[in-house]
Amino acid sequence: MDVVLFLIFAIIAVVAAINVVVQTHPISSAISLIGVMGSLAVLYLLLGAEFIAAAQVIVYAGAVMVLFIFVIMLLNAGTEIKRGRSLMVQLLGVPLLIAFLGLVAYFVERIYPQSVGVRFGGFTGGTAQAVGRALFTTYLLPFEVTSLLILIAIIGAIVLGRKEMD
Amino acid sequence: MQLWLIPILPLAGFLINGLFGRRFSKGLVSVFAVGSVVLSFAWVLKTVLALGDLNTAYSEHYFTWIQSGAFTVNCDFSIDRLTAVMLFVVTGIGSLIHIYSVGYMAHEHGPNHGGYYRFMAYLNLFMFFMLVLVLAANYLVLFVGWEGVGLCSYLLIGFYFTKKFATDAGNKAFIVNRIGDFGFSLAMFYIVKTFGSLDFGTVFSRAPGVSEGVLTLIGLLLLVGATGKSAQIPLYVWLPDAMAGPTPVSALIHAATMVTAGVYMTARSWVIYTHAPAAMETIAVIGIATAFFAATIGIAQNDIKKVFAYSTVSQLGYMFVGVGVGAFSAGIYHLVTHAFFKALLFLGSGAVIHSLSGEQDLRNMGGLRKKIPWTFWTMACAWVAISGIPPFSGFFSKDAILLAAYHHAPWIYWLGTLTAGITAFYVSRAMFLAFFGDYRGHEHHIHESPPVMMVPLTILALLSLGGGFLFKIPTFLGTLFPSLEESEDFTLMAISVAAGFLGIFIAYFMYVARPAMADSIASSLKGLYTLVYNKYFVDELYDATVVKPVVEGSRAVLWKVVDVGVIDGVANGIGSRSRDIGGVLRLLQSGNIRSYAAWVLAGSVAVIVALGVAGGLR
Amino acid sequence: MAEVPISWFLTLSAVLFALGVAGFLFRRSIITVFMSIELMLNAVNLSFVTFSYQLKQVSGHLFTFFVMVVAAAEAAVGLAIILTVFKNRSTLNIDDVDSMKN
Repeated sequence: MDVVLFLIFAIIAVVAAINVVVQTHPISSAISLIGVMGSLAVLYLLLGAEFIAAAQVIVYAGAVMVLFIFVIMLLNAGTEIKRGRSLMVQLLGVPLLIAFLGLVAYFVERIYPQSVGVRFGGFTGGTAQAVGRALFTTYLLPFEVTSLLILIAIIGAIVLGRKEMD
Repeated sequence: MQLWLIPILPLAGFLINGLFGRRFSKGLVSVFAVGSVVLSFAWVLKTVLALGDLNTAYSEHYFTWIQSGAFTVNCDFSIDRLTAVMLFVVTGIGSLIHIYSVGYMAHEHGPNHGGYYRFMAYLNLFMFFMLVLVLAANYLVLFVGWEGVGLCSYLLIGFYFTKKFATDAGNKAFIVNRIGDFGFSLAMFYIVKTFGSLDFGTVFSRAPGVSEGVLTLIGLLLLVGATGKSAQIPLYVWLPDAMAGPTPVSALIHAATMVTAGVYMTARSWVIYTHAPAAMETIAVIGIATAFFAATIGIAQNDIKKVFAYSTVSQLGYMFVGVGVGAFSAGIYHLVTHAFFKALLFLGSGAVIHSLSGEQDLRNMGGLRKKIPWTFWTMACAWVAISGIPPFSGFFSKDAILLAAYHHAPWIYWLGTLTAGITAFYVSRAMFLAFFGDYRGHEHHIHESPPVMMVPLTILALLSLGGGFLFKIPTFLGTLFPSLEESEDFTLMAISVAAGFLGIFIAYFMYVARPAMADSIASSLKGLYTLVYNKYFVDELYDATVVKPVVEGSRAVLWKVVDVGVIDGVANGIGSRSRDIGGVLRLLQSGNIRSYAAWVLAGSVAVIVALGVAGGLR
Repeated sequence: MAEVPISWFLTLSAVLFALGVAGFLFRRSIITVFMSIELMLNAVNLSFVTFSYQLKQVSGHLFTFFVMVVAAAEAAVGLAIILTVFKNRSTLNIDDVDSMKN
């Protein structure tokens, strides 16, 4: 059952990702990306990460991607115009990618033997309570720092986006 | 005793005149210049009288100059009988020549051209270095003085620096001297290696225990230095050209003091030489060869100063003969008497030239006996002294040397006597041509030189006449040097005196009685005459064999290949290659973000591969 | 067969990451490039959660949390920058923004 679940949503994720890369209009890419994120949320649930799955849907798919779509509509971005080229990318882009993927996959297969498996409910430490406890005890400092980070991001976005007052 | 005052006083004169002389009047410059040397002479007098009989050397230690492991060189001065003799000669004759220069250089141009103060400053600097040389208690301090007098010689020979032949002569003197200095340096290195010290006391006390071969090598290397400084074969070629400098320079430096430094140094190192007979023999042979060789050149010269220049070379040869046969005190004796009469001859020539407003060619003189009698009579005193006529000073010293030479190797005596005859001949020739007969020149106002020039001449004349009696140098130095078995041999004495008279008589015959005879002999012996007149073409020989190859070699190889090609090539090449590499690396910065990303990807793939190969992924 | 091997998750993460890189390399529109970056971040998140499962610890979830925060902040600021660039250059083509050339 878990395997079937995994395979279905993995394939959806991969197809959607390919779509993100392949589509010419940014809106189509954005919608596909939302699809990726949704499938990933299911996979998180399989891995016992309830809180993260929820956060993924709410924050990523719900906020970040909506922001993206807003900006696309604001800029009235159209179909991509194919102009400009880079020698490096043309020559080495594909080989490098294949090499990268191949190497990582090879090493992963070698390092992680098939014996360790994932099954739904195998890990129960991903509850909101567990995450919250860890967040506010062990990882308190990074938490505070990220709050600062968000503040900076807000200020940055406002400053960059405002109209010139002359 | 404050020995340091002796050289420091002239140094002070140099500094004052050199730095401020431009603003002083001529009188003030003279006061500092002459005063410093005269004071130095007075201090020498006081010191020597206060030190008593000076049988043991008196030393003063000033500071440690070099301290390197076990090797130490101190700045020490020491004074013994030999030093005392040299001090008197240097400061005494130096004072007289300084006084003379006040008159001779009086009409030098102002500050930006010749410069009276510049001359006096250089002369004082020379005195400083010469005194350091003489007072030194080790080879290195001596070498400081040695080099310093070479420098002053260069500065003073090229004093009229706007004339190319003067600067060329200065260069020649310095460069040829340098060759000698190289030999001296090698000798010093070898001395340090053998004895571990350059101090005279240490070296001479250990010398008897060292093998003869080592001492011979040291002696020969020191001799190389001496031939350079004292103008012996083969490094004598600079001295005749040095006559381009003013006459007081020729008198002081190239007659009385600097050129005697080689003799002094050799005499000082007598301990080394007496234990290295081969080196001493070499000294004697070089000395007599130079004496004879230079005398033959002197008989054909027409410039009055050149005659006396070759005469100096020849007489220095005599001094080396004295040292080489073991008669050290005789050699120094001749050094002293030669200082008297040669300085007088040069200063007298200067007076003659001054009276004739610059004429130096003997062929344009004549009959000056009646016009400038004071000059004539003083020079005549030198004339008889150098010809070895008894009982004047030159006779005593030359006789002492020839006697010792006979006992060592008779052939040196015979050659020396022949040279004495030739010496008498060429000096007489010069005197006859200048002072006798009819005046052949064009000058109208021939007047005697001023007293400031004539008084030193008179003093030197008296010294030339009576110096043999007044200063019994051999007895004085007898306690210092090893003594030789010598008996007075009247036969030998008579022969050498007769040679002198013969030389004078032949010159009289050729130049006064039958004036045309000289020219007819010259034209009949044309080849020989040309050879002698052109100094045996030695300068041309050196030029062809040494100078030209070195210059051409330097130009073709060292300059074009090494300097421009290799050194500049490397320096410029590094710059060019850096720029080229930079030019290539610049292409990475294309501004295109996607290519940057591709590079990052390539890098990460490389890292993964590296980790995998290194076994980090486990 | 009821369990999914862990290596599959990691391989999936690698594939998604590679696809993100491909999008970054080959697409010219700035916004699409940004979305590829988000894709890469998501792939990494998956890795973290997988490791968290393997090690039976909650730290991996925390890392994922922080990655999400940072990604959100980055998206906000980045899109503001894109707006500014569009205002100044009137182009959304990455290859036209090359004033750092040479």
